[in-house]
Amino acid sequence: MRNRTWKLVIYIFLLGFILNLAGIVSHVVVSAFAKRWFGKPLPPAFTTDWFTYAWTNFELGQVLFITLFIALAVVFIALAIGFPAAYILARRNFRAKPVLLLMYFLPLLIPQMTYGIPLATTLYKFGVGGTVLGVILAVLVPMVPLAVFILLPFFEQISLNLEWSASMLGASRLQIFHRVLLPLMVPGILTTGLLVLVNTISNFELAFLLSGGGSQTLVVALYYNVFAGGVRPVYSIDAMAVIYMVMVMSVLLVALRFVRPTQMVFRLDQTRR
Amino acid sequence: MALARTDSRSEVDLLAIVCLLPSLLYVIVMFVYPFLYGVYASLQPLKGDAWSIKNYVSFFTDPYQYTTIKTTFALALPNSVVVVLLALFFAYGMRRGIWMERTITTILVLPISLGVIFLSEGILGFYGTNGWLNQMLLGADIIKEPLELTHNFIGVILSLFMQNFPFCFLMLLGYISGIDPSLENSARMLGAGPWTIFRRVMLPLIAPGLLIAFALVFVMSFAVFPSAVMVGQPAGSTRTISIAAYQQAFELYDMSYASAVAVIMGLCQLAALIIIILVRRRMTIATTMGVGKR
Amino acid sequence: MADSINKLRVGITKRYGGKTVLDHLSLEIRGGEFVTFLGPSGCGKSTALGIIAGLVPLTQGEIWLDDQRIDDLLPEKRGFGMVFQNYALFPHLTVFDNVAFGLSLQRKPAAEIKERVGTMLGLVRLSGYEGRYPGQLSGGQQQRVAIARALVLHPRLMLFDEPLSNLDAKLRVEMRAEIKQLHTRLGLTSIYVTHDQAEALSLSDRIIVLREGLLMQVGTPQEIHDRPANVFVADFMGFRNFFDVELGEGAGGYIEGVAKSRRLRARANGFAGSGNAVMAIRPDDIRVGAAADDQNVLRGKVELVEYLGRELEAAIMAEGQTRIWVRTTEKLALGDTVDVTLPPDKLVVLPRE
Repeated sequence: MRNRTWKLVIYIFLLGFILNLAGIVSHVVVSAFAKRWFGKPLPPAFTTDWFTYAWTNFELGQVLFITLFIALAVVFIALAIGFPAAYILARRNFRAKPVLLLMYFLPLLIPQMTYGIPLATTLYKFGVGGTVLGVILAVLVPMVPLAVFILLPFFEQISLNLEWSASMLGASRLQIFHRVLLPLMVPGILTTGLLVLVNTISNFELAFLLSGGGSQTLVVALYYNVFAGGVRPVYSIDAMAVIYMVMVMSVLLVALRFVRPTQMVFRLDQTRR
Repeated sequence: MALARTDSRSEVDLLAIVCLLPSLLYVIVMFVYPFLYGVYASLQPLKGDAWSIKNYVSFFTDPYQYTTIKTTFALALPNSVVVVLLALFFAYGMRRGIWMERTITTILVLPISLGVIFLSEGILGFYGTNGWLNQMLLGADIIKEPLELTHNFIGVILSLFMQNFPFCFLMLLGYISGIDPSLENSARMLGAGPWTIFRRVMLPLIAPGLLIAFALVFVMSFAVFPSAVMVGQPAGSTRTISIAAYQQAFELYDMSYASAVAVIMGLCQLAALIIIILVRRRMTIATTMGVGKR
Repeated sequence: MADSINKLRVGITKRYGGKTVLDHLSLEIRGGEFVTFLGPSGCGKSTALGIIAGLVPLTQGEIWLDDQRIDDLLPEKRGFGMVFQNYALFPHLTVFDNVAFGLSLQRKPAAEIKERVGTMLGLVRLSGYEGRYPGQLSGGQQQRVAIARALVLHPRLMLFDEPLSNLDAKLRVEMRAEIKQLHTRLGLTSIYVTHDQAEALSLSDRIIVLREGLLMQVGTPQEIHDRPANVFVADFMGFRNFFDVELGEGAGGYIEGVAKSRRLRARANGFAGSGNAVMAIRPDDIRVGAAADDQNVLRGKVELVEYLGRELEAAIMAEGQTRIWVRTTEKLALGDTVDVTLPPDKLVVLPRE
């Protein structure tokens, strides 16, 4: 019976949390569609005009293009250089391995604000600060390790015997790669790509520190517009936020087909010895 | 990859180096180097001699600056403690699965994916003086005047909680579920009640993961930036250390000072991590290691 | 049908970390032979196979195939076939594509591939399974696909790494007969690794017993079974009773030893040595009961009885705290006092380590 009370408490709290979350999210959505809204539970009239307003006034077309461009560039590069590294880390053991793993882990452990300032300083010094390239380079810093750590367990699942039997059957290294490894790693690549995509789109600190006039991602533009001296009507900002939300949720929905929610956060149990 | 006649150092062959080099170089060039450069830059103050700690001295003598450490701690520490304890409570309670677990965990991934900007914007609306919560409470006559929940300390706490709780909860859920259930069952057969089982069997096994979770949440909370600005009082009660760093860099254009602040921030986080590692060391001496893996 | 070889000469040492996993393992395998590496886990048998395959680099030594030195050749160039314990079938390919894999790498024409794969699948009794995926097959079927995949390339040498360990007992017996049939029918040269002595005995022309990287004995199944060379091999092959003896006189092919003031007479079999030794005998070789002129008679009390169906295995505590395991069809019961006879012809003499 005590068990039941605990379960009830858990449910109530979780319900409260979820309602809270729902409230926060729906407030933004309702506001985005409100003509005018002040002090009432719901706005008296609805409109989609704010979306058009946001699109023209906030140059959303360009912002969206830049966001997608940066996100895809980051995904592609992170996968390209993370894939071989994860393969070696999964297959080999050598003395420097723990040091290497730590080095890959640090950009994920240390908050982006902490290393973001020195990183921004450096990138500005080399003239890429405030450019799209600068943002890509900065966001890659935590995303490359993320790609490595997500790909690692997928590689570990592919038995070494599969590579060995291909070898015995006459396959060269390259042939093993594209006939055995690559097809079997498709789920892993997909999962990694999607998670890196979500993380890049929602990345704020690094994108913010490296942003310039023409290199703002959607989140950064959102932030700037909140503080653009009160000229922006809150409904238009919320409209922008809704567009952002739709973007993130669609990628999330696809990602959740391949991966469980607990796999999307840092795996504590990988630290078990 | 040629097979060597002997097998000395065959683990790190040409293939391994080619595979590791790009990403390794990237981390070194884009992470380690800027970090070191930042430390170096912090010692080259804008107005002063090279290699001086003027920036650091200035930080610690200017109340406007050094109080940010206290402010940030006051935000990060309680938040981390509450988040971790609550997450532990719920993850432990749900360790054997719960009705609609998949749905619940999926919903909890949302705050993490949507990110802090969106959440803060929503908090401003929902918890604002004209927001739904206040409307409900006023309408039900529970309060006479609207609660001030945004643009202050509370707002930031709310935002931090909304971000960190799901993250911590999912981490701990995964971790606790990985503990062999037969340990609990054998304790029950030996006559232990639920609280005893938690205290003497499960908690020692969960403790390492718990500490790591706390470390991660604390370190993340300590660097809080956008929430402190959007739903807090960036000029006053929620002026965090990252705000101080940002202002130096992008408002006062003193990159050197900004780097110094970033270094100080990093050192505070490092100090916290070291304390946690030390606590963990003392704990693993007392508990059994390696037991409880599935 | 397979490309045949004359001789494989192996002399290898493998060190891993600080540990010597194989210590100057040296042997010769003739074309057409079925040779088994037998030993407990950790003895180095799989490592030895891996080195012969080229998948594991050796620390020291050489491998010669006829007159060609192959130890610095990549595994994909050696032309050996290998079957793994966990089958290692490519999960994303059908049975047909799995078996055809090696042929497609050799860029053989499609018609030839189809014909050869079809023939081989017929040989392993899996015709009609071409379109299935490994996940849809049973363990035994998967293993047969793995064998077909290796054999279709006409390998010069077949390597089997504990291929039957993951199968249930009945299937194991069936499959090992199939493997032997294929070996004979196709004129293969095979090296087989196992820890199961029944498998080794039934399949091999010669058995190589390994222990912690060292060669314990090489011989035909009969030699290994009847005349183990040392305590380890004897123990591994089922000699459950061991007596520490001090050797005494020998005459007419027999030798005498004293164990705890009891005289035992055993077949000498060319045992060269004196002083301390060990005498050993199988439980099923011991006779329950004793006639007047029998030698090596011991009396004791039944302590433990294991029912095995047709027979039972009993532990008998004889004088001097000597425990003797007996396998018999006699109906022994706990507490019975019995005489047992150890026939001298069945008692072997081994060096004491």
